[in-house]
Amino acid sequence: MTAAPTGSQRLARLLALVPYVVSRNVVSLAETAAAFGVTERELVDDLNMLWCVELRSPDPYCPIDLSYEGGEIMVTEAESIARPLRLAVDEASALLIALRMLAEVSPAGSSALSRTIAKLEAAAGEAAAISAQVQVQVDKGHADGMLGRMQEALGSGRRIHLRYYVPGRDEATERDVDPMRLLVVEGRTYVEGWCRSAEGVRLFRLDRVLGMEILQAAAQVPPEAEPVDVDQGLFRPSDEDVSVVLELRPGGHWVAEYYPCERVERHGDDLQVTLRTPDLRWVRRLMLRLGEDGRAIAPAGLAAQVREEAAAALALYAT
Amino acid sequence: MSRRKTERLLSLVVCLLSTRRSLTAAQIREAVPGYPESFDAFKRMFERDKEELRELGIPLETDLAGPGDEEAGYRIQREAYELPEITLEPDEAAVLGLAARVWHRAELSGAVAGALLKLRAAGIDAEDTTQPGIEPRVQTGEAAFGPLWEAVRDARPVTFSYRAPGRSGSRRTLEPWGVVNRHGRWYVAGFDTGRDDVRVFRLSRIEGAVTFSGPPGSVTVPDGTDVREVVRGWDSSPPRHRTATLKVRAGAGYGLRRGAIAESPDCAGWDAVQVSFSDVGWFADYLASFGADVIVTDPPDLREAVIRQLKGVLA
Repeated sequence: MTAAPTGSQRLARLLALVPYVVSRNVVSLAETAAAFGVTERELVDDLNMLWCVELRSPDPYCPIDLSYEGGEIMVTEAESIARPLRLAVDEASALLIALRMLAEVSPAGSSALSRTIAKLEAAAGEAAAISAQVQVQVDKGHADGMLGRMQEALGSGRRIHLRYYVPGRDEATERDVDPMRLLVVEGRTYVEGWCRSAEGVRLFRLDRVLGMEILQAAAQVPPEAEPVDVDQGLFRPSDEDVSVVLELRPGGHWVAEYYPCERVERHGDDLQVTLRTPDLRWVRRLMLRLGEDGRAIAPAGLAAQVREEAAAALALYAT
Repeated sequence: MSRRKTERLLSLVVCLLSTRRSLTAAQIREAVPGYPESFDAFKRMFERDKEELRELGIPLETDLAGPGDEEAGYRIQREAYELPEITLEPDEAAVLGLAARVWHRAELSGAVAGALLKLRAAGIDAEDTTQPGIEPRVQTGEAAFGPLWEAVRDARPVTFSYRAPGRSGSRRTLEPWGVVNRHGRWYVAGFDTGRDDVRVFRLSRIEGAVTFSGPPGSVTVPDGTDVREVVRGWDSSPPRHRTATLKVRAGAGYGLRRGAIAESPDCAGWDAVQVSFSDVGWFADYLASFGADVIVTDPPDLREAVIRQLKGVLA
């Protein structure tokens, strides 16, 4: 979320503009406008405002002198604002928290990362101190070398074969995947790719990959393959999904927090939740796990199936 | 902010940065164009301008020369204002470009944009890397993140309503030490002054607004505190010191086999699988989810707990 442009943002931009040009000696209007995310017209207005700065005492003088003739900006007199303003605590922290998160993910503790962190800490000074109080942890969970081999497959543009565990169905599945990118979302690492058996874009959690092989074939990601917009959340219900309604006693309220629910209603001490799923198998497993803390209301027949499975399991103990 | 105000603030910054000696309010009015004639109107406007500059992070210094406020002097020290020299190698700039995308559309994305603006002004271009790498993202869907980050940053205590699943809500007062994202969820750790002890709260369980209950700087984080360890200690499961022997149907129970200590063929169609566990209740619930694919052989208390759980389904 980016804040709407305000006057103080313009002041921040004006203060950054002079050092931007000074550090590059000469730079074109077009490049500068692109770097600051403004139109050339807005940029020229900024440059004029800087050039017009006048101090009247003790003697009147114009501290900033610049030109942009022929589309090339040059600053000949920058006076006191030749250097950018220091990083604010929020600014230094946002970058340092992100860099330290990257350091958790990168396979061998990349030296570029540690160098960048050290340089940024030094430049930020005191503003860097608070950043250690905010941390983003990334679960490893996957086999050693897995990440490196995924990167290798991506780098060489090769297809991979995955043996992948699907916990909801308690199944090990086999599939060929054309990898698209690696993602770290919600504290876990995923490979995103075109799954040739599902004929769709899928995310695979690396800690659930049971085995992986780089194939000789080149990856062929079809043009219609849309990368998942992870900012919308990883779980995207589709119209073909089944709607499931569950009633949860207090002991089962964790379900409402753990799974993305479409609706949560409070009925006295109980919760009634509605969620959508492409596969009822994991719901049946969930109901067995909940025992008397949960009851399936819809779809019709689900509750009976769960009872049947429980009865079948109990029968094994009776023998 | 009007154009005139932007021009005036810009001149004010240049003026205060250029001066070696502190300037009084009267001297500033002389030097900076755009202030009103009346001294009272000027004073009010100048007060707001000072506030505005401080909000931008500009270190405006006030020297009180004497007891009279009229004699106060103002200036901006160059060393306090200027970003120190920083240069990045191409691989470092690529890493920075990647880091800049982490907060994409999340709470601190505006702060990232501000930082990149200043670093670009220092001559650094964070490269937009296209090489196959990793794209990490942090999300801040929880409304409490913003105010809690501010509370941690400014060392201020907070109060909020908190409800854990299956329990009734309660009002909490917390001296926050830090915020940690674990398994994609945000937690705040700190000293709960009502409970007189260290506590960890999950941000998604905070109901309604988080409000500050003390001034900035009034929270002290104990030396050597590692917030991540505090959260880990609260969240993680106890050590698995017990072992269960299970019969698992052939071709099923992958979740159990993955973490198994031992696995061997049992009678036809079944395998014997040994796994470790810590809590009987939690583990029995989990085993029940495998239905007729898993039978507990040993220990007896776990076997009984699974049978009880399955009977609960039929109840």
